[in-house]
Formats: sequence, C-alpha cells, structure tokens
Amino acid sequence: MSEGSVPTPSVDLGAGAPAQQLKSPRGAMVPPAEVRSYHGRPILQAPAWTWEVPVYVFVGGLGGLSEALAEAAELTGRRGLARAARRTAAAAALAGPPLLVADLGVPGRFHHMLRVFKPTSPLSVGSWILAAFSPAAAAAAGLDEIGRLPGLRRLAQRVGSALGFGMATYTAVLFANTAVPVWHEARRELPFLFGGSAAASAGAAALLLAPEGEQEPARRLALAGAVIELGAEEVMERRLGSLAEPYHEGDAGRWAKLAKSCTAAGTALVAAGGANRLPLRRLGAVALLAGSFCQRWAVYRAGFQGTADPKYVVTTQRRRLAETGDASGDEQRAEHT
Amino acid sequence: MLGDRPDRTGNEATGYAPLPVAGAASRAPGYADEDRRPRMAFFTDTTVCIGCKACEVACKEWNDVPETKWDFTGHSYDNTGHLSADAWRHVAFIEQPARLRGAEQIAHTAAIEHHAQDLVADGFRWLMMSDVCKHCTTAGCLDNCPTGALFKTEFDSVVVQPDICNGCGYCVVGCPYGVISRRETDGKAWKCTMCYDRLRTGDQPACSKVCPTDSISFGSLDAMREMAETRLAQVTAMGFAGAHVYGDGEDDAAGVDGTGALFLLLDEPEVYGLPPDPVVATKHLKSEWLSALGAAAALALTVASAVAGGARRR
Repeated sequence: MSEGSVPTPSVDLGAGAPAQQLKSPRGAMVPPAEVRSYHGRPILQAPAWTWEVPVYVFVGGLGGLSEALAEAAELTGRRGLARAARRTAAAAALAGPPLLVADLGVPGRFHHMLRVFKPTSPLSVGSWILAAFSPAAAAAAGLDEIGRLPGLRRLAQRVGSALGFGMATYTAVLFANTAVPVWHEARRELPFLFGGSAAASAGAAALLLAPEGEQEPARRLALAGAVIELGAEEVMERRLGSLAEPYHEGDAGRWAKLAKSCTAAGTALVAAGGANRLPLRRLGAVALLAGSFCQRWAVYRAGFQGTADPKYVVTTQRRRLAETGDASGDEQRAEHT
Repeated sequence: MLGDRPDRTGNEATGYAPLPVAGAASRAPGYADEDRRPRMAFFTDTTVCIGCKACEVACKEWNDVPETKWDFTGHSYDNTGHLSADAWRHVAFIEQPARLRGAEQIAHTAAIEHHAQDLVADGFRWLMMSDVCKHCTTAGCLDNCPTGALFKTEFDSVVVQPDICNGCGYCVVGCPYGVISRRETDGKAWKCTMCYDRLRTGDQPACSKVCPTDSISFGSLDAMREMAETRLAQVTAMGFAGAHVYGDGEDDAAGVDGTGALFLLLDEPEVYGLPPDPVVATKHLKSEWLSALGAAAALALTVASAVAGGARRR
C-alpha cells in the first residue's frame, strides 16, 4: 500500500471513463491498489484522549483482577495473598476515577457521566461499573484494615471481585466501539488482550506484595495472563493484516515491541522463578507489569497513527465494499441492537 | 449557464410554521405528532460550488464559532483543512488533471458543451465541496455520548447540548466521518447543529441561506433526495460518468442507516476527504460485548484454576 498522499490520477470525463470503474468497485474482487485521498489529510479526527486514559486502562485492569484474586485467595484460605491483592485493588480503585476525571474537557462535570445510563455507550456502561467497583474495592480494603464490619467487608469484596472482570474487559469495548479502524477491527481480540494483560499485571503485583509462602496462585495467574496477552496480540495482528501496520511502525510500533519483549521476558523469569528463587520471580513480575502497561500504551498510540493516515480508513472500507459487494452489509445491519 | 437545475423550492426555509411559543393555542396543523417535523436535510451540489466559503463565514457568524487556528496548508485554497469544533462547514478544494474525451459526443447542445468546458479547461478541473455534519440516522457520536449531551431533534438532526457535555471525547472517536471534535478553549465537543435555533423559528440554516450559487440546498429529506436524483440525471447526461449521490441510506450511507446530508460528487468520496463506506461502530456493539463476556469468563476460569491448583498453604 503506497503512502496515502496526493494521488490524483487522471480522470477522464468521457463515456466509460476510468472514474466510472473506480466509483463502483462493488463486486470487484480486489480493492484498488492505489489509495486516493484529500491531499493526504486524515478522514477521521485524532482521538481526543490524553495519557490518563491508557494509564487508567492499565490501573483499572490491575485493580479489577486483583480484587478477583483477593476473593479467590480468601475462599481458599490464603489470607496473606488475599490482603495483598485487596490492597492493590483498593489503590487502583482510588487512582482510577481521578485519572478519568482529569481526562475530561470539563472535569468539574464528571458527575454528568451518572445522569443517564446508556447501553449504547460503553463509556456510560463503564462509568457505572467503575462507580460500583471503586467504592466496593475501597471499602473491602478499608474495613479489613480497621477490622470492622466483617459482613459488609465480605459483601463489598464479592461485589468488587465480580465487577473486577468487567473492569478488566470493558475498556476493550470502549476502544473497540469507535470509528478508529485499528481499534474497531480488533474488537474480537481486544477484550482478551486487555483481560490477559490485566491478569498478568494483577498476578505480578501480588508476586511483589504477597507473603512468599502464598505466591503460587499469583504466579500461575501471572503466567496464564501473560500467555493470553501474547496470544491475543498475535491473533489480533494476524486478523488485522495490513491494518496492523501501526503495531510495527512508528511510536506505537516501538511500544508494542517493548510490550512484547517485557511480557515475554517476564513470563520466562516468572516461570523459572519457582520455589527459593524469589529475586528471579520478582524481577519477572516487574517485567510483566511493564509489559502490561506498554501493551495498553501501544494500543492507545496505534489509534493516533491509525487515524492520522487516511489509508487505514479507505483500505478497510474499500476492502469491505469489494468483499460484500454491498455498503456496510446486511449482517451488520441485522446485528445492530 | 448551469442548465435547467431542479426547482429550488426546497431552499425555502423549513417550509413550516415556526414552533409555537409556550402557551400558544394554535400549532402547525397536519402532523400526527404535533411536535414532530419531517426530517430535514442538506443537499450539497458540488458541481456548482465556486469555493467562495460564504457558508463557512455565515456559519461562524451565526453560531459564534471561534476562529480556526491559522494554518497555511499549502496544498490548495483550503486553509480550514477539516471539519472540527471550530469549523462546522469546510470547503474542500481539489485540482485534478482531467481530459475531456470525445467532447463532441457528450455535448449534445452548445450550452452543455460550454458548461463542460467551464469545468475542464486545459486538461485540468476544479472540484470544490462544502462539507458538513451528516446528521446520521444512527449517529456514532450520539450512540457513544455517555452524558446524554447529544440528542436527536424533532427535525432528526443531531445536536450537542453545551450545558451537558463534559468533554469526555468519546463522540470524537465515535464519528465515522471525523466531524465532531473537542474545542481547546472550553473542553467541550462542538459540531454543526443544522442551525437548530433557526429551524425552530421556521428559517433555514445560515450556510444554505447564504450560498450564492445554491450549491447548498436545504429542505425535507424527501425533497432533497428528489433534487439530488434530478441533478444527478442532468450531470450524467452532460457526460460526467463518475457523478454520484453520496450520503443516501440505500448506498454508501447504509452503515449509518442514512444521513441528513446528501452530496452530489464527481469523484470518489475519499478524494473529497469522505469515507467510502462509513459504518457506525455500535452496529457491532453486541459482538464487542460478547467478546468481552467471553474474555471475562476466560479470566474467571483462570483465576479459579490459579487458586485451585495445589493444596492451601498455611
């Protein structure tokens, strides 16, 4: 695919002119080789989001699965692990909302998020998940620290752990439900990517904070999460095809490479860091946390690269037109809820 | 000079009585739902656009849109660049090499020949287009808005309420046409309102009102669709083989279930900076959430098996 800049081929105006053929590619087997554009300018707006959003996606995933790990650890009698994970979840639950508020254009109106519940907006759904998760996780940890109201603490933790899985995955829907092709076309894989990454980070955090004797579940969670993360990334890039270019080039490409290296190295270190190999395990945990964060940052940056060049929009849509022979397709219309 | 263009009746404002003031006894007759109006739409005939940018100026004047940051694009007479929070109309300028092949065959009358030669001189032609918000039937900005700031009016136009918007920016990534954006000075999202205030008083939008060549028409969607098809037949007869109507729900705008802004284009949409087959993301909302549900279930299994393996260690 050539650079999407200023290709203005000769346009005949006579009968049977090439413009006619280009105008109606429906039914054609292959999309036009050359991407045409308006002076190479973007078709889509660049995302308005700033650094707080990818940081929040990382923090939210870490907190969500930490709370789930805390509940699971408590159910199996690992109190030290439960406490460490609970504290991580609470810290994340407290850090999340300020990050999201700071990203708003009008931060003082953050509460407008809660004036409606809108199922068509993943941001609305996510705001409500966060609005329930955050106090639950904070209460579970707070009540545990002061040793009061054990019944309420259990309830809060159970609610928080159930919502934790939502915290780890809704952000993927948030990214997917956009016009940004590099995000939207990855809608099947993104929840697994973010979810696996969240599990890796929650396990890794527990490896750093939990008592040594109870780290085994955290180690398994971190490893499984990292494998899901790396697997989802691989599947996503394959499925995106040429649209995966931002994950190999430029700023997003560098972050994606860094993420994969860190996660792969972390996986190896944590796997090797069995009993009596605490330093190795901890080094691996740090690498997994770094990999998890870089992964989110890479996806965030890819959205900017994927909108800056109109070729991603044009090739995706031209290919769709060529394949379906019909604008947008009936199945998509039927799927609309 | 321009041939027999369709009747401009559609340009006669909204064509309906102004909305009654509160407490007024009489209302516009003939509507099942008395607050309901027929769907209103723009039709932008790019073949007669002269690139004067009066629409951009009128829009800014009427809607108090702040000045666009001065940016000399260098690629054409277009220094606005793209629609945004501070540009609700945008005139695109395209210079194309073009050959008039077999002009004598195309030009059945002298008038048409003149017109065709106006547009194609010395192997070169201008394409100019005034772009605007499409006011989609299924609007990505509206679907994505978490606060309810964006809403559908009685004219089926899509409007942001500036007193509700908290500047989350989710509409910006939701729009498949790249229309709406966040204004740097106040942090809120802004875009074309189809001059909602003017429509409510029975007038037409500022841009269509001011357009000196009637390149921008305004009226009910049905009237605009008819006008677009009539004009398409005309220019096709003149020999513009690539001419087509953009923004119709049956064709390229099926992914947004149709729009309230039709365009007569002479080249492919992407040449004008328009997406060839925009699809609103919420069309796939179900599969997005199903995938998230699948991932959440996989994570629950992962957590469960992580603690299940091995006896409890105390």
